[in-house]
Amino acid sequence: MDRFLFLTFDGLSTGAVYAAFALALVLIWRAARLVNFAQGAMAVATAYVGYAVVSATGSYWLGLGAAVLAGLALGALVERVLMRFVGHANPLGDVIVALGLVLLIQAVLGMVFGSEYRPATVPFDTDALSVGGIAAVSPYDLWVFGAVMVVVVLLALLFTRTPIGLRMRASAFAPEVSRLLGVNVGRMLTVGWALAAAVGALAGMLVIPTGLGLHPHAMDMVFVVAFTAAVVGGLDSPAGAVVGGLLVGLILSYVTGYLGPDTTPLAVLVLLLTVLLVRPGGLFSSVKARHV
Amino acid sequence: MTATRTDVSTPDPQPTRPSPLRRLLPGPPGTPATGGSTLLRHLVLAVLAGTVVVLVTNQLEPYQNLQVARVCAFLCVTAGYTVLVGLNGQLSLGHGALMATGAYTVALTQQAFDERAVQGRWILPLSLLLAVAVTAVVGLVIGLAAARLRGPYLAGVTLAVATLVPAITTIFTDVFNGEQGLRFPTETPPAFLGAYFQPERWLAWIALVAALLTMLLMANLVRSRFGRSLRAVRDDEVAARLSGIHVAGSQVLAFVVSAACAGLGGGVYAVLTATVAPGKFALDLSLFLLMAIVIGGLGSLVGAVWGAILLVALQDLPSLITETFTLPSDLAQRLEGNLALAVFGLILIVVMLVAPVGLQGAARSLAARLRRRAPSR
Repeated sequence: MDRFLFLTFDGLSTGAVYAAFALALVLIWRAARLVNFAQGAMAVATAYVGYAVVSATGSYWLGLGAAVLAGLALGALVERVLMRFVGHANPLGDVIVALGLVLLIQAVLGMVFGSEYRPATVPFDTDALSVGGIAAVSPYDLWVFGAVMVVVVLLALLFTRTPIGLRMRASAFAPEVSRLLGVNVGRMLTVGWALAAAVGALAGMLVIPTGLGLHPHAMDMVFVVAFTAAVVGGLDSPAGAVVGGLLVGLILSYVTGYLGPDTTPLAVLVLLLTVLLVRPGGLFSSVKARHV
Repeated sequence: MTATRTDVSTPDPQPTRPSPLRRLLPGPPGTPATGGSTLLRHLVLAVLAGTVVVLVTNQLEPYQNLQVARVCAFLCVTAGYTVLVGLNGQLSLGHGALMATGAYTVALTQQAFDERAVQGRWILPLSLLLAVAVTAVVGLVIGLAAARLRGPYLAGVTLAVATLVPAITTIFTDVFNGEQGLRFPTETPPAFLGAYFQPERWLAWIALVAALLTMLLMANLVRSRFGRSLRAVRDDEVAARLSGIHVAGSQVLAFVVSAACAGLGGGVYAVLTATVAPGKFALDLSLFLLMAIVIGGLGSLVGAVWGAILLVALQDLPSLITETFTLPSDLAQRLEGNLALAVFGLILIVVMLVAPVGLQGAARSLAARLRRRAPSR
């Protein structure tokens, strides 16, 4: 029972990170109808910036801020310089460009920082606290969970309560009409990418210390899991991404805890295929499945 | 992607008396054959290409022959991959894992025969056939799921497949020997070639036969009724179904054929080094293969040749640079693995943004422009 509780809290904490990362994928999907396969690599790049600032200033919070700012800048840059110019003749064009970006970012990081694992510091204790004799949850887990939930609430407020949020939703939903009504659709797309990359950067800063450490490939598996989480929730639904992330985090925590860490990729694939074949629109979507 | 369509809309001016040689030249896919048998034309081309490569390998150093062999092994994979992605519009990122399936099948078969002290020339073809069969079955399983998925979803699922290879080898560690991988006896040249025959040349010939067989099959497949139905499904599923094409069936079959090619390529790749290890089949390999077919031009078999050559040539780029310029060892070490990756990534981005038809598409449109200009002079 102790173990089950521990795995549950651990799953919720990592699930929160998956949720944030899935949310970043959903943000771009809703704005541009593409899955950003470079999200993981971009998050790693911003985490390198963040930890460079941490080691220069000694402050985790400055590093975190730098990483999020770098995410904003990188997201806007990728949209303005690359994604905007991908032709629509080939429907696979955006995925291929994003994959090229993955190779490029990881190679540049490897050349600049080297390919060895770098330790990543955390501001809180990662050892689990004992509550009533049961070691269940660490302060770091609480910080991760809290930070992600704050971001989720802020994003929800941004999209539903502010003019820019309304304009972003409008330009994603009906770009032609929005343009006629005076919305700068291109700029909204850039803002969407910047926001998504910033959320991805936060997720990267939160998850990298819990894994092996900072490495150009640190987010490869996280990306696959977050994609699964986004698909579980339905790529179109931000709320679905959050629930999907927590759900996938829990499932993977149990699988890893009871069956061993090697089975995780297999579990991810089984989960992804099951959801796509049984309920292709995800748990929270009304999108119809393709008939063949 | 659009190369076929532009070719159809601007037909070449028909020469008044087609020379017999003209019939043998490959026209752009989509144009009707000018006459004669497609199979015969491709057979003649394959024999010609094979003869040229064999003559070239007789002049090469061992390492260069190994390079030729690697190009041929990758060509098996890229030929099938470009048919799947370019002609059928299904983006798979799991072809590295499919190569691993073929490679491990060959390794396990060869080991099994070696342990029972069975020897013979038939073991290699048998193990390669098994690799093709096993990978085709794996491709069938993935393809059945893939037929229900579109672009990014399919890419995501196959990406998850690609990350699975190291996990599978670790879970079933007594079969696949985990991170260390498997070793099996090296393929040696047959006795009648002489005692001093270069082993690498023999490997190059094995890979060449596999590549030529794959190219021959794919070239005929692309121009067959099946090839046309693949393109129809890619361009418009509804219209394809109205024309009586079984959409899901042709997609699954495309995946199976493509997987079989990847299995053969992976098997040959394993034979070249007589080892397999999960590290060789990481996610990067799938992205390299994607780079190869994108730069050649998606859907173009000649482009697949370009891609396979560049894939092998560019991987040697870092060592070439570190040998030419004297770099500090630290910098050289960092460049070693990463420079090729950066170049591959840049190529993927630039080709997709600037020339989505790839090298072969660009060459073809240049040739068409020259041909159009010629009669006016």
